Amino acid sequence: MKTNDVILQTTTKVVFFIIFLFSIHIFFAGHYTPGGGFVGGLLTTGAIVLLLLAFDLKTVQKALPFNFTIMTAIGLLLALGTAAGAIFFNVPFFTHAFDDFTLPLFGVTSLHTAMVFDAGVFLVVVGSAITIIQSIGGDS
Amino acid sequence: MTVIANILIVTTIVVGLIFTIVTMIGILRLPDVYTRAHAASKSATLGVLSILLGVFFHFWLKEGHFSISLLLGIVFLFITSPIGGHLMGRAAYMSGVKPTELTVGDDLKDAVKEAKAKNMQQLKD
Repeated sequence: MKTNDVILQTTTKVVFFIIFLFSIHIFFAGHYTPGGGFVGGLLTTGAIVLLLLAFDLKTVQKALPFNFTIMTAIGLLLALGTAAGAIFFNVPFFTHAFDDFTLPLFGVTSLHTAMVFDAGVFLVVVGSAITIIQSIGGDS
Repeated sequence: MTVIANILIVTTIVVGLIFTIVTMIGILRLPDVYTRAHAASKSATLGVLSILLGVFFHFWLKEGHFSISLLLGIVFLFITSPIGGHLMGRAAYMSGVKPTELTVGDDLKDAVKEAKAKNMQQLKD
């Protein structure tokens, strides 16, 4: 019997964006307030899992056409790249650097290389968690 | 100004607390799943929402910190909590949980029977 999921699906369409934007906020706020790459990644995973619950696996794969295994690899490369990049400036491995830049919309912003490392963590968490859930959820 | 702020904060938090306690009593006292889901999803939503509003007022008026996250939490809770109640009630109905003896009407039974009959007809064709 085909179930009638109108209420769940309509709510999911609204709630997904709230969770996703909040995960982005948590990710960027991680340097000064609680949060960071890991929690942000888990929240994004939660948003995608909500989509998986409301719709089926094929629809979500069509809507988000990423290869999550490759996403994990890119995240690891980003993390390793920021760590290894320090070697070229004659400082120890994993030395981070930051500077203040004046961006057009944000004003004076301090950009830190730890951000790139955090982005790597974010991608690894999202990629591996979604890979686990997709491989458990898919029967064929 | 401080007095008004204090009254506002204390009132919203106490109202939230009372609604949360009413939810608890409702879940303990009501006879079946559907009435309990009714108590849990309605009154708990308003209770937690009101407490969050009180916390928001406290940080805004006393500490001078306008917390967007709390407002977002209120909106999020307002959207999702009734949906949770709806889905639990629906899942209970579909898995055959009987309502209490005092129930007088069951419109969903006819609708489900009709949908099932239609489905069988489609399978035959």
